[in-house]
Amino acid sequence: MSDLQFISTIPSSTSQRPEQLHEETQERRQTLKKRGSTPRTQRLRNISESTHPSISLERALIETDVYRKYEGKLPTPVLRGLFFKTLMERRTLYLGDDELIVGEKGTSPQSAPTFPELCCHTIQDFNNMNDREHVSFKVTQEDKRIQQDTIIPFWKQRATMTKMYSALPQSWHLLFEGGMFTEFMTQRGPGHTVADGKIYGKGYVDCITDIDAQIARIDYNHDMNSAAKKAELQGMKLTCEGMIILGKRYAQKARDMASCTEDAQRQQELLDIARICERVPAHAPTTFREAIQMYWFTHIGVTNEMNNWDSYSPGKLDQHLQPFYERGLRETKLTREQARELLECLWIKFNSQPAPPKVGITLKESATYTDFCNINTGALKADGSCGVSDVSYLILDVMDEMKLLQPSSNVQISRKTPEHFLHRACEISRKGWGQPAFYNSDALIQELLGMGKTLEDARESGIASGCVEVGTAGKEAYVLTGYLNIPKVLELVLNRGFDHYSNEQIGLDVGNPREFSSFDELYEAFERELRYVTDIKVAGNNLIEQLFMDTLPVPLLSVITDDCIASAKDYNCGGARYNTSYIQCVGIATITDSLAVLRKHVFVDHSFSMNELIDACNDDFCGSEKILDLVKNHTPKYGNDDEFADSILHNVDDSLQAIIAGRPTPKGARTIVEFLPTTCHVYFGQTMTASPNGRRAHIPLPDGISPEKGADLHGPTAVIRSAAKINQLRTGGALLNQKFTPSVVAGKKGILAMSALIRAYFTLDGHHIQFNVVDRATLIDAQKHPLDYTDLIVRVAGYSDYFNNLDKALQDEIIARTEQAL
Amino acid sequence: MTPYIFNVQHFSTHDGPGVRTTVFFKGCPIRCAWCHNPESQSFRPETLTNEDGSTEHIGAQYRVDELIHDLAKDEIIYDQSGGGVTLSGGEVLAQDRKYVFELLEGLHEREISIGIDTCGVAPQRIVEESAAYADFYLYDLKFIDDSLHRKYTRGSNRLVLRNLETLARLNARIMLRLIILPGLNSDESVIESTMLWLKTHHIAIEQVDILPYHTYGMNKYAKLGRKAVPFPVPSDELIERIKRQIEDFYQNVTIGG
Repeated sequence: MSDLQFISTIPSSTSQRPEQLHEETQERRQTLKKRGSTPRTQRLRNISESTHPSISLERALIETDVYRKYEGKLPTPVLRGLFFKTLMERRTLYLGDDELIVGEKGTSPQSAPTFPELCCHTIQDFNNMNDREHVSFKVTQEDKRIQQDTIIPFWKQRATMTKMYSALPQSWHLLFEGGMFTEFMTQRGPGHTVADGKIYGKGYVDCITDIDAQIARIDYNHDMNSAAKKAELQGMKLTCEGMIILGKRYAQKARDMASCTEDAQRQQELLDIARICERVPAHAPTTFREAIQMYWFTHIGVTNEMNNWDSYSPGKLDQHLQPFYERGLRETKLTREQARELLECLWIKFNSQPAPPKVGITLKESATYTDFCNINTGALKADGSCGVSDVSYLILDVMDEMKLLQPSSNVQISRKTPEHFLHRACEISRKGWGQPAFYNSDALIQELLGMGKTLEDARESGIASGCVEVGTAGKEAYVLTGYLNIPKVLELVLNRGFDHYSNEQIGLDVGNPREFSSFDELYEAFERELRYVTDIKVAGNNLIEQLFMDTLPVPLLSVITDDCIASAKDYNCGGARYNTSYIQCVGIATITDSLAVLRKHVFVDHSFSMNELIDACNDDFCGSEKILDLVKNHTPKYGNDDEFADSILHNVDDSLQAIIAGRPTPKGARTIVEFLPTTCHVYFGQTMTASPNGRRAHIPLPDGISPEKGADLHGPTAVIRSAAKINQLRTGGALLNQKFTPSVVAGKKGILAMSALIRAYFTLDGHHIQFNVVDRATLIDAQKHPLDYTDLIVRVAGYSDYFNNLDKALQDEIIARTEQAL
Repeated sequence: MTPYIFNVQHFSTHDGPGVRTTVFFKGCPIRCAWCHNPESQSFRPETLTNEDGSTEHIGAQYRVDELIHDLAKDEIIYDQSGGGVTLSGGEVLAQDRKYVFELLEGLHEREISIGIDTCGVAPQRIVEESAAYADFYLYDLKFIDDSLHRKYTRGSNRLVLRNLETLARLNARIMLRLIILPGLNSDESVIESTMLWLKTHHIAIEQVDILPYHTYGMNKYAKLGRKAVPFPVPSDELIERIKRQIEDFYQNVTIGG
């Protein structure tokens, strides 16, 4: 007989809890102070963590100034290039005490510029930003005055958000307001992209040489696009000049500061900064530190040029830095400790850049400061060999030590990854704050090949960026366009297109569901509704894409993305080697389970009628306890490797592919399906009535491809088996969240079990898995006593966030996610 | 008779090496007074009544091929982790002989590692024959003293010790599991005599798992309409002391398995 008990109910031991918690809190606070391997990074981290985000209108003012002078007089790419160059010439430079790596997106750490060309905030927006409980930004009276007097009068009609809202048809607005889909580009630009290795071998002076050569090649007699090409290349050149100016200005500033300081050590550090900034970004880096500074200047440039949802990422940072690291060690000019401190400085830089403030539905779909920089560690190399190096381990150490929300850190695991590396990553992951997330390199490459990329590009640049989506770093524009609420499609079918959230007829009336005589008839109606919704979403996407093509090119991002210089075409106009447009489907578990209920209970067992079920959903199952019990407890569910439920999953997966995937876009991209939610599953849930699977009204949908809360009853292995039945290799990525209590993954055995689960899931072609390792009691306590848990980080979706930054609905949702315990 | 099973626990990490699926058979020949899974004792299905009045049916029957099919679903994670299936209970070796051997053969045929978690109270022939299929045994030894064994488990330890000798003679891999009940089997002299018995009988043991008694199962007694008998919970110090003492005899000693 087993003495290891199968515990169905664990009694709560309340007696010792408060004291214990108090001690843990103390311990947490101490570790909060201490993080950072040197006193320098401890101090810098403290500034980054204790500074409240604020907005900065400096960029908006400079942009207004440039547009006032030159709008209409210059071709658009030249205007954008000139604006960028002027911004670099005039912007405030921040160089703080202790800093080794320099550059901020705004005027100081945690300062976020605004982008009035995209979204021209109202004074009400500013007030909301300042006052809201979560994800707030400090806004001063002076900011409001500038916005009112200068920014709004100039930008209100010019902002892409204004233009797109007036151009999009009523049918789009109805679905948008009803929570059927979201739109990524209302307040942000396309982007969401990642650097490859080219900036480590090439400075912006070299880029200008390439651009000039390309300009010289333009054939004005035979090339009918010659004027557009020249304008684009000129715009690119101006941004390169801007980048070079940024470096020179920082060098000058560091020299000025050095001449004023009494502290000999700091003086030397400032002179080192000056020397480094004289070299990069104008020229290619020659040392580990220059390489980091090169990336960081580029990051600042790209994220100042455009609020390109989301941010910019260094991609395979370990591989890019490894040659510099090795040379530094070999020539004894660098130690492992120095390299570590520099990486910590970089981590702090990432952490100090909040995503520009969002409002409205954009805030709901992405309620976080996180700007989704995502670093890929341990990925495969261009030749297909394993890319794990000492720098990879160093990055894991830094991630573990710094414990910061940004950058999001992931590890790529392939068949070739050594167990030791996987185990080290699991050790950090099981500490409970969701990083690193785990990506399947072998799957990423197959996904990219399936989309038509070459094996060389897939291996060299196959990365996961932002949240979970796959892309080809430095070679692809892969744009996320918005979330699609799949279970709401069914809700519309059951209500003949009427939406109870907006109280409008937003969908198609696909017939009276109460008269459907078979599951097939219902399913056909679901597909028709899905097609209708997708048609409107994609038509909207196309219109918005055209708007960016015409009015908001990104010449700097184009310089560093292949093959924009060669094609003399902007990143936003299809200049990249590859172009992809993603639509992110949310609620795969809810739709599967709901259809399983309909098939089993309405059409096979006749447990209740369609009438009864629809009425029960619209009444939130009040007075329908019997139906609720049947649908919740006596229906096969996704997440259990159940053949009945998972066969429906297959159908839905196929329908999504058939209806959504492969649609062309104006710049020559193709639409790809992916499964990722950010925080949109909460918002989508809010807009919905109860679902046939027993999900109550307004409750969040499950995140990504995770099972419905409480539906997976057969442990994590059944979850991965079900999740792997989604044909993930033809998607752009799928997010699976697995929550464990600490005891399950404790000890050496816990690490081995976690590793085996990851390996098994990846062998089954799973794309991504991440872990929350925290017990329910802790989360509930954190909700009650937020001040005691200021640094409790949990995994939300493709990113981690402070538990206290989440609104209550999302906190509840995380608490409710099934906790796999023994 | 097709045996009843009361739980199939996937992703078990404490029932032998790697990640395993543990099959809990319903029915046990002895009645340990401290049993944490009282619903595992009867060979018949039972109903648990929760505090809120709702009920839970305990015990289901599966055809052997059905069960094997379910267990084989996790093959990929067994392969990745060096895990497999652990047959537990209740007492698996006290179940229907034909069923158990069809299960053993089926799993063996599929090259799935089999662990048998046993209290040792089972017919000697079955124990002996199972060794052809099992990769290892999690073997409980509760009391070396037969009178205590009889008193607290309502069964003799004669079979337990003899079966242990049998398995040792067959060179089976044995992980010995010692539940620690303070005051009953925790004294230094008790541990000493247990270890000496094992040594004099040349029982080769791969690993000794010390299982500290705990009270997590208590509430299940009430749900079954039975009265729970709580025992004192051992202190960490006591468990550490016992661990050190056993380490004088065996190299691999774990707490909790």
